[in-house]
Amino acid sequence: MNNILAVASVVIKELYRRKDFYVLYILTVLICLIMASVNLFHDVHIVRYLKEICLLFIWICSLIIAITTAARQIPSERENRTLFPLLAKPLSRTQLLLGKFLGCWLACGLALICFYLFFGALAASREHHWPLLNYLQAGLLHWVMLAVVIAFTLLGSLVFAAPSSNATISFVFVAFILVLGRHLNKVALQLPEPRRSILYGLYYCIPHLELFDVRDLIIHNWPPVAWPVCGVAALYALAYASALLIGAYLVFRRKAIN
Amino acid sequence: MRSTKLPLLILLGLLVLCFGLAAWLDLWFQTWQGNRTQSAHVLSVLMGDSRRMFANHFFVKADAYFHSGFYPTVFDNREAFRTPHMAEDSGTVGGRNQGDEKGFLGKPRDWIDAFSRQFFPARHTHLDEGGASGDLGDSSQVREIMPWLRLSAELNPNDIRTYTVAAYWLRERMGKVAEAEQFLREGLRENPDSYEIMYELGRVYSENRNDQARARNLWEAALRQWQRQEAPKSDPDKFLFIQIASHLALFEEKQGHYPQALAYMELWKARSPGPDAVQKFIDDIRHKMASPAPAPAAPPLQPPGQAP
Repeated sequence: MNNILAVASVVIKELYRRKDFYVLYILTVLICLIMASVNLFHDVHIVRYLKEICLLFIWICSLIIAITTAARQIPSERENRTLFPLLAKPLSRTQLLLGKFLGCWLACGLALICFYLFFGALAASREHHWPLLNYLQAGLLHWVMLAVVIAFTLLGSLVFAAPSSNATISFVFVAFILVLGRHLNKVALQLPEPRRSILYGLYYCIPHLELFDVRDLIIHNWPPVAWPVCGVAALYALAYASALLIGAYLVFRRKAIN
Repeated sequence: MRSTKLPLLILLGLLVLCFGLAAWLDLWFQTWQGNRTQSAHVLSVLMGDSRRMFANHFFVKADAYFHSGFYPTVFDNREAFRTPHMAEDSGTVGGRNQGDEKGFLGKPRDWIDAFSRQFFPARHTHLDEGGASGDLGDSSQVREIMPWLRLSAELNPNDIRTYTVAAYWLRERMGKVAEAEQFLREGLRENPDSYEIMYELGRVYSENRNDQARARNLWEAALRQWQRQEAPKSDPDKFLFIQIASHLALFEEKQGHYPQALAYMELWKARSPGPDAVQKFIDDIRHKMASPAPAPAAPPLQPPGQAP
């Protein structure tokens, strides 16, 4: 476990040494503040559009951070030839993979804390109340969803040749699920066989990342989701993340390091 | 060492050419009809006329906000949402909705579908009735639709319903009469022949400013525009015609101008889906005209959408 944590801490340090997070964070803050300064019929209590824009940027930025961080972990170790000394130490490939995953996931969690704190402050400045429980739930579901994305990208980094192609494919895959994942069953039901069964099969196979997107509940001040339901959703995401990590381990185990 | 005179001369020649070309092009650009730099709107400068494509998207988004996020996607049954509810409820457009507005999701098709419904709004509400909180006393939350209506108007200044719908909610539920009037005037500048905006502006003067004379002038202008634009059509906008004619008829009756009231009621009756109800109004006025006693106070103007 110590080895895994040591690798994870290096990944977290990498996040705050690189400029990516700061650039995305400042960009989000600036855009939100500019949007907040717009005069809309002299009404200073209009806030939901601002919450929507801010949450959209948080989601986009978190996906960029998660995918780009995870996509470069193992390829950069190979390119810099630091993978040999790492594995020469008493560190197994499984521990390296788990360390990289945990590091990326924790780093995303830290980034999410910063983003959601800003979101909460922005919303509170207009709404004058702070539904902490709702924000905590939205942040946790978001973070759990990122576990699947990171695991998928780590697997991709072992399968695809370059980090750029892996990042692009991961972005397309995640965007596809977030936009269309919920509706694949409706489309499938309108198709003739065998396309219906194939699409319905795909619907069951893909990780439904859109389940973790509770932005509409936050924007429109709906009550939070029941915690047991959130727990089941978290188990669902962790099951997918584990499956993808096992897949990554199986690929990494047989992969030549040089 | 090679001479540097030739490259310098070429550079000088190119600079002169660039300057001359820029001076010539600038004259042409200032007179070119496609020049966007004269526009005061950033979106117009950036997107040109292509911005109109997105206007409807944001109008529908305002309606999604009106429902606190409970809204059908392109994959759902949209029969009950063909006319945005925020527009229908404002009485500025006629409704074409059918079907069950609460059950467009249908029964869950599988366990993922059933489970996913816990994570997005799955109850039909309207913001003017309290929205997600269900607090019927808090109708001011309807203000949340305004940013998208404003953006929709910026993207397509010729989409008239954006102005009338926004103005209705601004003055009725947000108490912002001045802003409503200003927004309608913006719309009228962009669409000077719009009978819809004239009618709505008349309502502002009648219901909020208590300036009945100006309201009548606006409604008369709206009626003239309607007759000029819609009367020749095979399927004219009857909804707005009935609104304008009924408001004018009731206004004239209230003022005691019975002949004018009768004339407007005849127009109203001719296009009304319920002519018998209008005939009762006509009979009442004829009775008042025949009666030597002074006319009693007329009933208040009917809210729109309830005219028979």
